[in-house]
Amino acid sequence: MSGVRVLVGTQKCAFVLTSDGKRQRWELSGPHFVGWEIYHLKGSIADPNRLYASQYNSWFGQLIQRSNDGGETWEPVGNRFVLEGGIGNYEGYDGTPQAWEFKRIWHLEPSLTDPDTIYAGAEDAALFRSTDGGQNWEEFRGLRAHHSTRRWQPGRTAMCLHTVLLDPNNARRFFIAVMAAGVFRTDDAGETWRAINRGLKSQYIADPNAEVGHCVHSIKMHPRRPHVLFMQKHWDVMRSDNAGDSWQEVSGNLPSDFGFAIDVHAHEPETIYVVPIKSESEHFPPEAKLRVYRSRTGGYDWEPLTKGLPQNDCYANVLREAMGVDSLDPCGIYFGTTGGEVYGSADGGDTWMLIAQRLPPIHSIEVQTLP
Amino acid sequence: MIRLILPGQLCALTRVGTEVELRIEGQATLRSVLDALEAQYPVLRGLLRDPVSQRRRPLLRFFACQEDLSNELLDAPLPQAVASGTEPLIVIAAIAGG
Repeated sequence: MSGVRVLVGTQKCAFVLTSDGKRQRWELSGPHFVGWEIYHLKGSIADPNRLYASQYNSWFGQLIQRSNDGGETWEPVGNRFVLEGGIGNYEGYDGTPQAWEFKRIWHLEPSLTDPDTIYAGAEDAALFRSTDGGQNWEEFRGLRAHHSTRRWQPGRTAMCLHTVLLDPNNARRFFIAVMAAGVFRTDDAGETWRAINRGLKSQYIADPNAEVGHCVHSIKMHPRRPHVLFMQKHWDVMRSDNAGDSWQEVSGNLPSDFGFAIDVHAHEPETIYVVPIKSESEHFPPEAKLRVYRSRTGGYDWEPLTKGLPQNDCYANVLREAMGVDSLDPCGIYFGTTGGEVYGSADGGDTWMLIAQRLPPIHSIEVQTLP
Repeated sequence: MIRLILPGQLCALTRVGTEVELRIEGQATLRSVLDALEAQYPVLRGLLRDPVSQRRRPLLRFFACQEDLSNELLDAPLPQAVASGTEPLIVIAAIAGG
């Protein structure tokens, strides 16, 4: 019988939640990597038992962990991420030039076809790839060589590359997002990149329509339609129907279009989910009601999903990596909160159940559908 | 033998106790101790010092014989009591709370 595995990265460790295809009873395993921040864990589509985890803390720096048995055992692999010089600087908060420095890995994106190939998004913003299961890493230097990098500036948290999307129809095309620069696309397997931010409007930069400077929080696509991208920006929910060449706002009737996480239904490419957050300074849901909003029309028209979610006194946030979907039928949706709760829905969001609670603040949720 | 005491958090990685013994070829210095440690426990590569710049992680300190050796030159000789194994070299992680 098929099942689901939910990989949970938290501020202090990681957990793995498993269930059968009914998704009503969940088992929690862990904690793994106790005492370490787990920014992200993700499994390979090519081999679901191959998992990778980004393990970091401020005392000891970065480790990358790999599992070959679905998360039962782990082994550390390579943690040498070299940012070559000669690219110049980026601009710090105070306007002074900042030298690029590797700090940590925010996002891991396994190849769609090869379990030993994996991409890693770093802070400071850079993209790396390993083709030997994480032992050795090489930077895509062309990204930081982009003409706009001297105008990239950090957000309050970091200047990091937090999103990597691989086009399932075109192995030479992938998308990345940088906080707080925007979205970039390569069509030649990472050699060259172009900023794809036309249509984004950001009132917090001098020129709201600038080529770069946009605080993109998350981007997702449906694998059957990789030219359609959905974005949760700092403010605004956006979509692109031409692989990012241009964007249009689809916030519609959302109570707030600020938020971090966004995802797409596994079987309905126009059904998308967000968790509205009140504002950039008040990182909790409007009216303290935890509501997922669903649009079945690719944006514009949104409906609140509340059954099983707390509708009072909720002051938790849902971070950019903390939402995922399974590919069972009906589609399952999952998200984790900074309050340490994991919620799941086995019916496309109509009803929700609490599947884990009292965990450390949750950084990331990734979902694997198992045969 | 050099005796090195590591922060408890690293024990889960090395799968040994907090104190490890290291055989050093030549003079005992911070660099030679860290080289020997990383050779004996490859999982620790890059955790006590940045793997590229080789700089000590800023939230770690090296103490021995009631002295703070953290900012000594990497190639400065360690105290004789450490080199002989009488006293341990201690890696301390900054305290944190909250």
